[in-house]
Amino acid sequence: MSPAASQKVATAAGGPQAVDLTRVRPYGDALDDGAVMLSFSLPVPFGPEAQEAGRALCRQMGLREPQVYHAHDLGAGFTYLTLYAKCPHTIDFTKISVPSLAVAKLDRKGIDDLWARHFERRLRVLGACTGDDAHTVGIDAILNLKGYHGDKGLEAYRAFEVFNLGAQVRNEVLLGRVRELGADVVLVSQIVTQKDCHRTNLAELIDLAEAEGLRERVLFVCGGPRLSHPLALELGFDAGFGPGTQPSEVAAWIVQELVERYA
Amino acid sequence: MPAAANANPAPLPVGFGCPALALDTGTVERGRSLALAIAADVQRFALQHSTVAIERTVLRLCGVAGATLDGVPLANVVVDQLHAAGLLREGTAGPFVAAMLATGFDALGLARAVAAGHVDLRVHAPTWHGRSDVANLGATLVQTGVKRILDQRARRLEGLHSQGMALQPLRYVIVATGNIHEDVVQARVAVRQGADVIAVIRSTGQSLLDYVPDGLTTEGYGGTFATQANFALMRAALDDEGARASRYIRLCNYASGLCMPEIACLGAFERLDMMLNDALYGILFRDINMQRTLCDQRVARRLSALAGHIINTGEDNYLTTADAVDAAHTVIASTLVNEALARSCGLQTWQLGLGHAMEIDPERPDALLFEIAQAALVRALFPDAPIKFMPPTKHMTGNVLRGHVQDTLFDLVGVLTGQSIQLLGMATEAMHTPHVHDRYFALEAANLVFGGGRALGTELQFTPGGRIEQRARATLDQAVALLDGMARAGLMAALQRGHFADIARALDGGRGLDGVFLRGERYWDPSEPAIDAALLDLGHGSAGGAA
Repeated sequence: MSPAASQKVATAAGGPQAVDLTRVRPYGDALDDGAVMLSFSLPVPFGPEAQEAGRALCRQMGLREPQVYHAHDLGAGFTYLTLYAKCPHTIDFTKISVPSLAVAKLDRKGIDDLWARHFERRLRVLGACTGDDAHTVGIDAILNLKGYHGDKGLEAYRAFEVFNLGAQVRNEVLLGRVRELGADVVLVSQIVTQKDCHRTNLAELIDLAEAEGLRERVLFVCGGPRLSHPLALELGFDAGFGPGTQPSEVAAWIVQELVERYA
Repeated sequence: MPAAANANPAPLPVGFGCPALALDTGTVERGRSLALAIAADVQRFALQHSTVAIERTVLRLCGVAGATLDGVPLANVVVDQLHAAGLLREGTAGPFVAAMLATGFDALGLARAVAAGHVDLRVHAPTWHGRSDVANLGATLVQTGVKRILDQRARRLEGLHSQGMALQPLRYVIVATGNIHEDVVQARVAVRQGADVIAVIRSTGQSLLDYVPDGLTTEGYGGTFATQANFALMRAALDDEGARASRYIRLCNYASGLCMPEIACLGAFERLDMMLNDALYGILFRDINMQRTLCDQRVARRLSALAGHIINTGEDNYLTTADAVDAAHTVIASTLVNEALARSCGLQTWQLGLGHAMEIDPERPDALLFEIAQAALVRALFPDAPIKFMPPTKHMTGNVLRGHVQDTLFDLVGVLTGQSIQLLGMATEAMHTPHVHDRYFALEAANLVFGGGRALGTELQFTPGGRIEQRARATLDQAVALLDGMARAGLMAALQRGHFADIARALDGGRGLDGVFLRGERYWDPSEPAIDAALLDLGHGSAGGAA
């Protein structure tokens, strides 16, 4: 038997299949295979029933052909599962829209130059970890001279006068300082997110700022590992920055936004 | 076998060893003697002062426990009444014991009566001096607290003998759900997966509370409140799991922040095995006043010495803010100072869980080599101490697979350099507090690496004069140079100049200064001689007592 007769080798003369952006689904190693991986634990004892429960749950999620790749007895009545399944659903990628920060990338000199062209005074930036949060690593990385990954913090800019209030600042105290110092910008860092305390705390800050008539006068910016620009907007902030943000990104946005608003 | 309280076996098994690192012994000795001078200076200061937290600790040793219906701990009620009246300089014990004798209440009854407004301690403040009945009752009361601590120490030894000891490096994982009941579930699963130490992370902000919350707690942020009731609940669960697993499971919490000595005392009462305890950490990272916490630390460490705790120091955090490569020597300098401070409080070598982590950017070429060099250096400096090694938290990216690889590489460094306690990194670090299976991933990896790599430390050698050795020597030289400057200026001056972690703190800044006071000439704390005597009896030697 000749090889040609024994195997049907699929050939595609036109190269890879074109993606239909109105009907996109997950990709593993073939377009539209819908391959997804799931990883979770169930509070049930290890055994075939636990595995079947995992598969059933995937089917309820609308996934097809769920397969348990790995099941592990965590003990004390818990089972861990890794599953792969196929997602039959599609999304229309052409309809997706995400609010993003309209900001040109500038280096420190570019930012300071832009500031110098439009302002005659330094911009007052107030930063704090608010609520119960005691983790200052994020706010320090953005504000302190040393910065983050070789990118100098806001203290290094001529454009800014920086006040870092540190950890566990109550929202009322923060707003008091905003008023006292006549701050232009407030940066709030939230690292701890248990039971969504960051959302409550950030939303409360905006409510208080509105009640005190400060909301429109000051730029409110938040940052943290579980924050993003869309979430920041939802919470009433002007901007939000997620993990890995460089100080110069924050600086560039602040100056460009204030130029647009006031200069 | 029943272990007597004063039996003193090394409660940690021997580790697997570390390749020898040729260090200049003269430099090491010089570093140690400088650290001793620095520590002696701090202890002198601490002995002249007391704090509201120390006074509350004395009351707890006397049997004061619990809180008012509003949740104010009775120990706070008593101390605050005297403090507000400016009557604290001679200590709380005198007026309190005199009031007991005058009213007939026991310690707890008196604290309740004060809280209810039935007894005014200010009336008793002038009545106790020179009275032998007050001195005798005070000594008897604190002896009850000391005995409770010694009984728990003996029970730990029994547990280590009857349940068995885990091998080093001890697998240390955290639980941090905010709800103590959920923490117990997470801890039980962690033990089933191989954990040897359970650390209950505290709710963020507890370090800045000037009281210890009371009772079982189910709400917390980033962790669970440290309370006596929470300690007891977790202890019982771990004893149960230890019996099942045939190895004693150690429980860890934080004797740090504004209630440092009080929590050390409660941890001693409830048989915690490890206490994170580091004034320098609180000063730098929680902005706690340095005078306050250095005084508090002396009492906390004396109680931990008595309790047989292993203390964990917090140098691992310095390089989250300072540059990991340029500032590595600050970690080494601080471990030497912490060792000296600990010894002056009666802690023995087997209790010194000096913490270290280097937080080097894993993408930096030779990052792994430098990590090995630093870890081997700490091991070489403290060959018999249960040093604690931690993977970096600063370089976790949210890519959980990459994070898992980084953490696993640290397991390898840990076993290669013979670390005693390995804090197992979580792949989801910096994203969420660990889920039940996050610990499983970490423990499975550690079990593989520790099993497969256990002989690495004794079989491999560092190239003499090679890069690991050079790096270690250079770091040690810099550390000793830093200690030299600090010994001249003093630790408090060094902290004001920002020598550690690139953070400068003011002598009168930070939280808790209003709770510090100079001891009056007739200051009396009956627990000091009691702890001194008990430590001497245990063979802990000089323990920084008043005498």
